[in-house]
Amino acid sequence: MSKADRLQPANEAEAADRIRAAAADGMTFAIEGGGTKTTIGRPVFADKVLSSAKLRGITAYNPAELVLTALAGTPLKHIEDELAKNNQRLAFEPADHRPLLCSDGDPTIGAVAAINNSGPRRIVAGAARDSLLGVRFVNGRGETIKNGGRVMKNVTGLDLVKLMAGSWGTLGFLTEVTFKVLPAPEIETTLLLRGLDDAGATTAMAHAMASSTEVTGAAHLPELAAGRLTGGGAATALRLEGFADSVADRMARLRGLFDGVADLAELENDESRALWRDIRDARALVGDGRSPVWRVSMTPSRGHEFVMAVRMKTAADAFYDWQGGLVWIGLEGGDPQDDLIRTELARHGGGHAMLVRADSEVRVLAPVFQPQAQPLEALSGRIKAAFDPRGLFNPGRMAA
Amino acid sequence: MSDIAFLEPDRGIIARRGEIAGELARLVPADCLVTSERELVPFETDGFTAYRRVPLAVVLPETTEQLTRVMRYLAHEKIPVVPRGAGTSLSGGAIPQEDAVVVGVSKMTRILEVDLPNRAARVQAGVTNLAISEAVDADGFFYAPDPSSQLACTIGGNIGMNSGGAHCLKYGVTTNNLLGVKMVLFDGTVVEIGGKALDAPGYDLLGLVCGSEGQLGIITEATVRLIAKPAGARPVLFGFDTAEDAGACVADIIGAGIVPVAIEYMDKPAIEICEAFTGAGYPLDVAALLIVEVEGSDAEMEAMLARIVEIARTHNVKTVRESQSAMEAALIWKGRKSAFGATGRIADYICMDGTVPLGQLTHVLSETGRIVADYGLRVANVFHAGDGNMHPLILYNVNDPEEAQKAEAAGMDILKLCVDAGGCLTGEHGVGIEKRDLMRHQYSKTDLDQQMAVRAAFDPGWILNPSKVFPLDESRGTKVA
Repeated sequence: MSKADRLQPANEAEAADRIRAAAADGMTFAIEGGGTKTTIGRPVFADKVLSSAKLRGITAYNPAELVLTALAGTPLKHIEDELAKNNQRLAFEPADHRPLLCSDGDPTIGAVAAINNSGPRRIVAGAARDSLLGVRFVNGRGETIKNGGRVMKNVTGLDLVKLMAGSWGTLGFLTEVTFKVLPAPEIETTLLLRGLDDAGATTAMAHAMASSTEVTGAAHLPELAAGRLTGGGAATALRLEGFADSVADRMARLRGLFDGVADLAELENDESRALWRDIRDARALVGDGRSPVWRVSMTPSRGHEFVMAVRMKTAADAFYDWQGGLVWIGLEGGDPQDDLIRTELARHGGGHAMLVRADSEVRVLAPVFQPQAQPLEALSGRIKAAFDPRGLFNPGRMAA
Repeated sequence: MSDIAFLEPDRGIIARRGEIAGELARLVPADCLVTSERELVPFETDGFTAYRRVPLAVVLPETTEQLTRVMRYLAHEKIPVVPRGAGTSLSGGAIPQEDAVVVGVSKMTRILEVDLPNRAARVQAGVTNLAISEAVDADGFFYAPDPSSQLACTIGGNIGMNSGGAHCLKYGVTTNNLLGVKMVLFDGTVVEIGGKALDAPGYDLLGLVCGSEGQLGIITEATVRLIAKPAGARPVLFGFDTAEDAGACVADIIGAGIVPVAIEYMDKPAIEICEAFTGAGYPLDVAALLIVEVEGSDAEMEAMLARIVEIARTHNVKTVRESQSAMEAALIWKGRKSAFGATGRIADYICMDGTVPLGQLTHVLSETGRIVADYGLRVANVFHAGDGNMHPLILYNVNDPEEAQKAEAAGMDILKLCVDAGGCLTGEHGVGIEKRDLMRHQYSKTDLDQQMAVRAAFDPGWILNPSKVFPLDESRGTKVA
């Protein structure tokens, strides 16, 4: 699209004006933050791009309150830097999709909310949606809506904050978001269990999560993926974070659980952080930069069975996060094999298989997001209409 | 008290009482239906006892299938439905109306599946909050949200109100610990949302349903997150001469990178009431008391508590009581845990639930004191300071109508104060009927219209819990009635 087709409102009121005008003219919008994830989802065919690029800045941040409010187009990096100055962070560990998608630009805090961007720590700290306390957005009628707030406990009315999280810009144009933030730990250490197969690793991760050692990351890299990230054979990674004395105490107990089960090694601080960054961003599957990559959220104990079933039918490169409940799968060639992936997922307890990376021709045809059961799909359609009755925002991105 | 309005009941529906009871009797077993006037009385109110309305009938289905049949019939007849867990709501969320059928989940009490490798339990909606933790205790797990009523309240009700508790600072509230639900929509359609996978397809309907106060559907089953029990837990008690010192101490603990599992606050009246009742040994010469609880191994807890005590000392802490044994720990918690019961022994009270940003705590506390004093009443404050969730208990005499009205008015003023301080009307009790008409103070008409449009996507006829949450004259309920 040409520059003229790109709207960058300078404030919420201007965004509302633009959207009202578009609604009157029957125009549609592709919603954009930093533009780093435009290749996720079905391709959007819209009249104009509506960008949050000019909605920048932290509007409120008092570290002692553990809450931060920022305009939606504020670069995530800026927010993470400001938090780091106060030894704080976003607990849900949002991923950087640029390596996997070979995209560039600055991911925004609004997009973190809009796609519910959550990394390895989700299994203990929750997802972006669990830390998202409040939103402001403009709906498809051009009305400015506020929901939630700046407090950690809030059950005042319907929780539209959760709906906005993970709605991929299809319900409204986010203008401001408020996140709960948490102290950053003094240190982190990762215990690596070497040489376990996928089934053994799944058991080990469940065992660790059932202990009182407060593991904040549980991932398994089969040999191929481990070779790219850590070197050596298969690696099961268990992360501990906190004050140094506390981590040392828990590490001793965690090691005790796996004495004789596997060869043990430890990664400290920067090394540990680098590994979890790579796991978070699925760097083990970057490969040729274009072949299909799936992100499958499922029952943790069934992940490895699912992968084995897929491998019976096709060559698949996989690794596991979230105690086995998040399976990343890279396929060879251009065919996303969505029928195979979704059939096997249904056979293994169900969940959500999302085609994170594929060529646009593929994404026009294959459902990128997991199709919903009929009554839920009908409900979702009515919810979409309650926010965006004319279908202005990101037409077709989540579902045809 | 009689300030809160109710919908004018539909006389036509009430006139058909016998016919409706007869139809319901064909849909559920006899012991699942209550229609006699005397047996309906226990369902006339909930934990918000100042208001009462006897419902048309009560249905207590045993299965999702029975509920489906009932909902299909009620939707067809456009009869209002009021969902009910254990009836412990403090905001009147389960108070019925004369033309409504109450649907209770008290016969759905089975724990269907405990899946430890996946740290999940699937339970029927009538299972009590505490029963989940008890079922997995021996295996070293628990269910984290712990509302004060956890012995009685049901998981279905917890989901309706997005219940919290004392330990949410570390573990979050219901919405952060809920993995999936089975829910019956107004017309009997059964939907399953979420499950053991963390991401569900489509919009986050699970997040929307949690805290929707029974307006979107009736939950019959829930899948919840189980968490490994900590190695140990230990509280420390601090007494301060001023509320400001206590507030600054809370801010500094968090500022130092420590997130305890709980930080509870009690003011002088609350300390005195609890001490008189329990003899827990609370200091009576202080203005504010904090109970800070940490978790971990003995060595971890000792190190953490040493840090916390050091911080408290920089804020002129007057009393420091550490617990050396489980008994001493229990004694520290004993007063706090009996706060509501102890208060109830000396006076009637209404419990407010506003939440404010942490930086506003001391300001809101002192303003609360001023507001209540202006009404000539007393207030005791006991609340979750770590997450800013205030619980002023306004003391009054229920038999004095004028005083009761004053208490209610003071409560409303306090909630407005919370909103004006950047907070919200309710942290964990829900809006119910109690705070319905204050919603306009927190939200604009457009904000409320957007919420009501979403509500209508689930219940176009406004049948489910129709007179709750939204201001009565805004809600479609009035337009339907």
